[in-house]
Amino acid sequence: MPLTAPSKGMADSSGKRKPCELSLTVNGRQKTLRVFPMERLLDVLRHELGLTGTKEGCGEGECGSCSVIMNGVLVNSCLIPALQAAGADITTIEGIASESQLGTMQAAFLECGGAQCGICTPGMILSACHLLNKKPQPTLDEIREGLSGNLCRCTGYMQIFDAVAEAARRGNRS
Amino acid sequence: MRSNPADYELIAPGKLQAVIQLLTNEPGQWLPIAGGTDVMVQYVAGKLAARKLVSIWNLPELRGIETLPDVIRIGAASTYTELREHAVITREFPLLASAARWTGGIANQNRGTIGGNIVNASPAADSLPALLAYEAELILVSVRGERRVSYLDFHTAYKKMNLAPDELIQTICLERRFSGYLQYSRKVGARNAQAISKICIAALGRLRGGMAHGELGDAIGSEVDDVRIAVGSVAPVPLRLQQVERIVKGKSVGSELIHLARKAAAAAIRPIDDIRSTARYRSAVTANLVAEFLQQLGATAPRRESPYE
Repeated sequence: MPLTAPSKGMADSSGKRKPCELSLTVNGRQKTLRVFPMERLLDVLRHELGLTGTKEGCGEGECGSCSVIMNGVLVNSCLIPALQAAGADITTIEGIASESQLGTMQAAFLECGGAQCGICTPGMILSACHLLNKKPQPTLDEIREGLSGNLCRCTGYMQIFDAVAEAARRGNRS
Repeated sequence: MRSNPADYELIAPGKLQAVIQLLTNEPGQWLPIAGGTDVMVQYVAGKLAARKLVSIWNLPELRGIETLPDVIRIGAASTYTELREHAVITREFPLLASAARWTGGIANQNRGTIGGNIVNASPAADSLPALLAYEAELILVSVRGERRVSYLDFHTAYKKMNLAPDELIQTICLERRFSGYLQYSRKVGARNAQAISKICIAALGRLRGGMAHGELGDAIGSEVDDVRIAVGSVAPVPLRLQQVERIVKGKSVGSELIHLARKAAAAAIRPIDDIRSTARYRSAVTANLVAEFLQQLGATAPRRESPYE
């Protein structure tokens, strides 16, 4: 699919580029905004769309805090240039809960003590939902591998693994 | 300092022909970006020299894994996830499948590509020793047409490679003839996921007469018929240990041979001290990994013990 490509010769006399138009679907809602093509998807979500549930940890794809699901695939939003998200369907943590009710995975994290300071939690939950979408009944090893790109400095991980297993038992629907 | 997106241009022409035309028209000006797992890290850190980027993510000409009777053709923009989930790769090319599984975490595997791993040319890249062991052939593409190069000669020095400024890697070809081989790979890192290797190894070997098919008590068939050993993170480029291979080939695996192979391996590598490890540790562990591989290869020989034990 050809992406929305800005036209050539877009630099002005100062060497600065001009923003381009970006259309994408976030949590089921179609959005169109003007951004620089190299703006990080993370910044588009947080600053342009106000979806601050997605957290920035390391900013280099090591910690998983900024994980979102793009076209059904788990990605680190800090490593996605906005232009590569043109036309994409994106789910953030805000799309996991309905207006008044927590998602199954979120409820399991709360009940099992899988969230403490909360910085890693949105990314953990999206990674866990991505895992259960691919493997609805994962083994403990599969849970560990599915979350291996998400670092947590509080919980020691065991409660998080319990939460994912519990959500799988309840038939998580993200 | 963090980069300002206003200083960078990024376009996505959507067709391979348009991308290679751009690389020809303005050679060295445009940096291809696929999944961004290396380029975006440099960009965020303010270390990206290029100011103009061209997206090759989702170019159909670079995607897909094609299985032919004698060869598997891997599109350069295939992701680690696609590699590790591919039935033929997991069955016949386990060195590549495990390297894909060991790279980064799931999100990075969903975006990182095999072609990107090659051109990023990190000496520590996990998938590159596997490509050396399988003696991959690369198909490069430019407006001048296709060029086929052996992967063995591709990396010429640290981050230098046999790739012209107007060329892209289009396909990685692996011959489908390693089913009868012992395939051995290890990654030595601080943790399993999201860790860059201190040392990684990919090795293939076969004894004369194949694996464990000789008659009991018969020493024929225990000599090494074919062997390839490649290591990462111990030299400026991913390295085939051809000196070790020459010592081992045609011989029966025993403690004397393993001793010689260890010494040759330690002599062939050029490890350094860095944030992840030390030259001394890398040297010792490389020798140990070569020894472990050869022991496992030797163990595929027909057993000499009595069948009645």
